[in-house]
Amino acid sequence: MVTLNHEHKHCHCKSNPFMPYPMEIAEIIDETADRSLKTFKLTFRNEDDRKKFSFIPGQFAEISIPGLGEIPIGIASSPTEKDFLYFTVQKVGAVTSFLHNMKPGSTIGIRGPLGNWYPWERMEGKNVVIIGGGCAFSTLRSSIVYMLDDANRAKFKDIHVVYGARSLGHLIYRDEITAWTKRDDLNMHITVDALGEQEEQPGWRCSVGFVPTIVKEKITDATDAIAVVCGPPAMIRFTQPVLKSVGFPDERIILSLENRMKCGVGMCGRCNVGDKLVCKDGPVFTLAELGELPSDY
Amino acid sequence: MTRKVYTKEEWNSAVTRLAENQRVFAPVKEEKYTAFKPVNGRNNFDFDTLKTRMSPKQVVFPQSERMFEFSMNPKDENSGVLQESPKGHEAQVVFGLRPCDAMSFELVRPNFDNAEYRDPWWTDRYETTTFVGMGCNQPRQTCFCTSVGSGPFSEKGLDAIACDLGESILLKAVTEKGEELLKALEGGKDATDEDVKAAEHLAQAAEKGVSSAVETDGLKDVAEKALFEAEFWKDTFDGCINCGACTYACPTCWCFDIQDETYKDEGLRMRNWDSCMFPLFTKHGMGHNPRGEKYQRVRQRFMHKFKYYIEKYDGGPLCVGCGRCVDVCPANIDIREAVGLMNQFSKQGS
Repeated sequence: MVTLNHEHKHCHCKSNPFMPYPMEIAEIIDETADRSLKTFKLTFRNEDDRKKFSFIPGQFAEISIPGLGEIPIGIASSPTEKDFLYFTVQKVGAVTSFLHNMKPGSTIGIRGPLGNWYPWERMEGKNVVIIGGGCAFSTLRSSIVYMLDDANRAKFKDIHVVYGARSLGHLIYRDEITAWTKRDDLNMHITVDALGEQEEQPGWRCSVGFVPTIVKEKITDATDAIAVVCGPPAMIRFTQPVLKSVGFPDERIILSLENRMKCGVGMCGRCNVGDKLVCKDGPVFTLAELGELPSDY
Repeated sequence: MTRKVYTKEEWNSAVTRLAENQRVFAPVKEEKYTAFKPVNGRNNFDFDTLKTRMSPKQVVFPQSERMFEFSMNPKDENSGVLQESPKGHEAQVVFGLRPCDAMSFELVRPNFDNAEYRDPWWTDRYETTTFVGMGCNQPRQTCFCTSVGSGPFSEKGLDAIACDLGESILLKAVTEKGEELLKALEGGKDATDEDVKAAEHLAQAAEKGVSSAVETDGLKDVAEKALFEAEFWKDTFDGCINCGACTYACPTCWCFDIQDETYKDEGLRMRNWDSCMFPLFTKHGMGHNPRGEKYQRVRQRFMHKFKYYIEKYDGGPLCVGCGRCVDVCPANIDIREAVGLMNQFSKQGS
């Protein structure tokens, strides 16, 4: 049984917040056919660090590659998965490209957990709708694994997941989402933007269409429900009106922002949206909260 | 509170002698400009220049500093494991900083030292520094300290404050740290009532000498989003070339970048000042930039100082009225004009 300690953010406060924990790359998993996304399974090099590291789904960490720099990445593993962390990383810039070429056994660093988390205290006892697209699905994977844990599943009512990718080859966590389609305590709606000419439907039902369209089809009731939306900006933008038309008020639409970051601890000054810092006050905000803020994201 | 008077010769010698046993900073004239430099016995002190071109923020927050060191040699057992760079945070003293600059450290502190996180480098250096100010007998035209909570003889953020009496320097302790400093300084004699009165007169005259002001009374209550969306941002500061000079000269600008540098097998993680004026500051890895347009970056700078900070800390603004940004701007952009527009909008909605 995992107990979420909502005060835990304050426990490392007097240690150096810029010092990463050394971690070993235990395994590297190719997630997509074009090899643009890989999942890194990391294990702690120091036992003390492993014991100290406690996080809540929705949080992120700074991955530190000495000589290259740091990148903020959502934690893809769940607190119910012990002894290791998963990070799913898209190859984009210098640090991620270098990371993609590293080998198991190499040492990198992690700073975190950082930021706030999905509002689990509000989600318990409710229907949960998870909507994700692209590599942003990582913290949603963390959330799904957490909710499906034997000790936690009973805390939530119906769970719907709408997950979209550009093509079948871009769907990540392939084995897991396949397993989830077979569960009767989870409604899994997978969609791809288009099926390639050579691609066939997998053994499970997969829709073809953009995420907002599938949300409109599958999510028809906002009663006692909270929606968590994480994905590319266009997906987020076009999903909002759909959720609103179903009856989700802004307070029950949860979003996660990603702005450029360096420090991750609210000091370096670049990730602000108005007076809020995405790294420290976020990355998770309700749509109602964002409505009050300047659109600096 | 102890008050002592030093002849100017005694003063210069006391500062130099103190530096024999500890790290001391003072305004030093080097070629064209005066800057805060470590005192080494050979300096050409300049306690007369009112405003150093750069603020003394680097005494606590160096423009570039080592955070960590690491080996990149794969044969090394600790290859890629970061070690904190040795700092040696022994106590240090800064002489001659102006009251506006002294207040800046108090405004910046909650960014680096708060309930959630403590930046050890900024905070340790701040806590071990004794701040010895110098009142401003003759404020300049670009000084507007009195309208942002400071003043030419404000004691905020100072451990001791000096007043230039012409032939001599009157030094007054403000805090316990300041009392200790007065004990450690050589020379000087107890101030007379006349000295104290002379200093009070100078301070009163100086207060009246601050001719420039900004109004900020509407900023606390205006909605952040409404002010952000105000039309005037789009074209009023068109002349800005995003050079970042204002942010480097500003005592309250704290933004920084973290960069790794490597030399053969040796690696360093550095912290360097950064600026919200630069497009790369906020550019996402995927290419999207929330502040890709020049006006958006200009707006960020003024909004941060005069709205976001006020909103976040229920204090501020994040400006001490030193006017350096006005002095250094190559495009003649004046923060007082920006604050004027912001305040006017806040009160009238236009």
